[in-house]
Amino acid sequence: MDEKNSNIILKTENLSIGYESKKGTNVIASNINISLEKGQLVGLVGANGIGKSTLLRTLTQVQNPIEGHILLNGKHIESFTNLQLAQTLSLVLTEKMASKNLSVFELIALGRQPYTNWIGSLSTQDLDIIHQAMASTNIVSLKDKKCYELSDGQLQKAMISRALAQDTDLIVLDEPTTHLDMYHKAYILKLLQNLTKETGKTILFSSHEIDLAIQLCDKLIVMTNDSVYSDSPCNLITKGIFESLFPEDLIKFDNQTGSFRVNK
Amino acid sequence: MSDIKSYKLPFVLLSFLLIVCFLGNISLGSVYIPIPDVFKGLFGNITNESWSYIILNYRLPKALTAILVGSGLGISGLLMQTLFRNPLAGPFVLGISSGASLGVAIIILGAGVSGGFLTGMLISKWSLVVAASLGSFLVLLAVLAVSSKVRDTMAILIIGLMFGSITSAVVSVLSYFSSAQKLQQYIFWGFGSLGNLSWRELAIFFIIYIFGILLSILSIKALNTLLLGENYAKSLGLNMKRSRLIIILATSFLAGTITAFAGPIAFIGLAIPHLTRQIFTTANHKVLLPAVFLFGGILMLICDSIAQLPNSDYTLPINAITSIIGAPVVIWLLVRKRKMVF
Repeated sequence: MDEKNSNIILKTENLSIGYESKKGTNVIASNINISLEKGQLVGLVGANGIGKSTLLRTLTQVQNPIEGHILLNGKHIESFTNLQLAQTLSLVLTEKMASKNLSVFELIALGRQPYTNWIGSLSTQDLDIIHQAMASTNIVSLKDKKCYELSDGQLQKAMISRALAQDTDLIVLDEPTTHLDMYHKAYILKLLQNLTKETGKTILFSSHEIDLAIQLCDKLIVMTNDSVYSDSPCNLITKGIFESLFPEDLIKFDNQTGSFRVNK
Repeated sequence: MSDIKSYKLPFVLLSFLLIVCFLGNISLGSVYIPIPDVFKGLFGNITNESWSYIILNYRLPKALTAILVGSGLGISGLLMQTLFRNPLAGPFVLGISSGASLGVAIIILGAGVSGGFLTGMLISKWSLVVAASLGSFLVLLAVLAVSSKVRDTMAILIIGLMFGSITSAVVSVLSYFSSAQKLQQYIFWGFGSLGNLSWRELAIFFIIYIFGILLSILSIKALNTLLLGENYAKSLGLNMKRSRLIIILATSFLAGTITAFAGPIAFIGLAIPHLTRQIFTTANHKVLLPAVFLFGGILMLICDSIAQLPNSDYTLPINAITSIIGAPVVIWLLVRKRKMVF
């Protein structure tokens, strides 16, 4: 049991998420109990507006939980300093970077910021990690290109590479496959799967690619109106969770193939 | 990050150009002084006493002021453009120059309204410097007070612009009630001026300038992180509130003192960072900061030499020259490269 506990990177205890305002609290989801283990690829799926982003924002300490606790490496996430958090958790966001005038190398090098000195000088060790990060995402050849020269798929790989260079136990990605074509959606998710195996890092991503996520993830977190489920894809299919994901008037989950079908 | 080392040649060339412009600026002026005598004058062994006086007490401090003004405005423009992720931001977006204008307007124009009470000290340069500093400092305090309550950096930009509008409206009201003579005096201040700084004034200017530069250097890492946007910067462990405060303070020290001593000099702060990015094609502030320093100094020295109209008795307003020279250069660069890099 102890052995298993030490493998848990992120764990929530009776977590409630939502927004607090002067008018009162708007709880989006409550009683969330999930745990992410070392080396797992975990997908977060759910309909639009169900609160996936709010959950990710809460898990990454961008906003505070309404209730409950989040434990990162066994410690309360609020007890982390900015810098400690940056050394444990890295992000790939949906928002565009402010300046695309950076070269790919410069972009990835920024991932080393939590470790560098006051002016950001890179040590040989930093350079090694940066090259390693570029190699694992197959973008070494793009090293000297400016970010504005990249395609959406290449840019997403560079952003993932930057998060890798940050060298954290957990990487969280918010919808990494939006704006990508079918091939690149699969490519990016497959890349994430390989990274968890190669590096032993835990990767959590939100996505609308439920079919792909079912095939590739070790674990899925499914958000529905009533509850938040988290289990292996197979168990979730057996329990029939996916049927309740969307209204059934238009699409229906097919247990045989593990994918959604449009009603004819 | 591509380092300064990979830009060795451009830096050597620019430093050389800065020295040439500096010496050129000192050699040119309304009184013709042969170049060998200029050099002799600089090292103090010149026989002609009035030449010696012109060089040591007028041209030398003016050239040094030009370097401080150009580089200081350029650097504060760079800081603001990165902080606000906005290529149109300049050193004065925080309302610093409008605060200074208000201070000066109250001294010059307000004197007319409130009777002859302040008239006696009107001519004193120090009173203008103090008024401009106080004005920009008060507006800055207001912006800082508001910004500590606001999470969004963009809101600070808007708030700065709003403070600017309020102060310029007050200046308009004051101008409406002022005599033509006072108005002229106020407008002359608005033209900007690099000359007329005594060595003592220059020393004070320099001390505050250095302080602003030090804060800017301390912000280099934060500025590079901010290139990814605020949320990424936070996820990289950047203390956003503290970095924002340091960057705003650096800008205020630089732009505030420059406006106090040299008037509201337009354009340089906006244009120099763009010129630099076009030529150095990097976004790394470790390279951009020294490059902007050199470019700012060079451009300001050139503008001042032109404004001086060498060998004539006239001096054109420096504020007009910076735009007349600078704007076409920026347009030319943008058209040539067809790409706005930011």
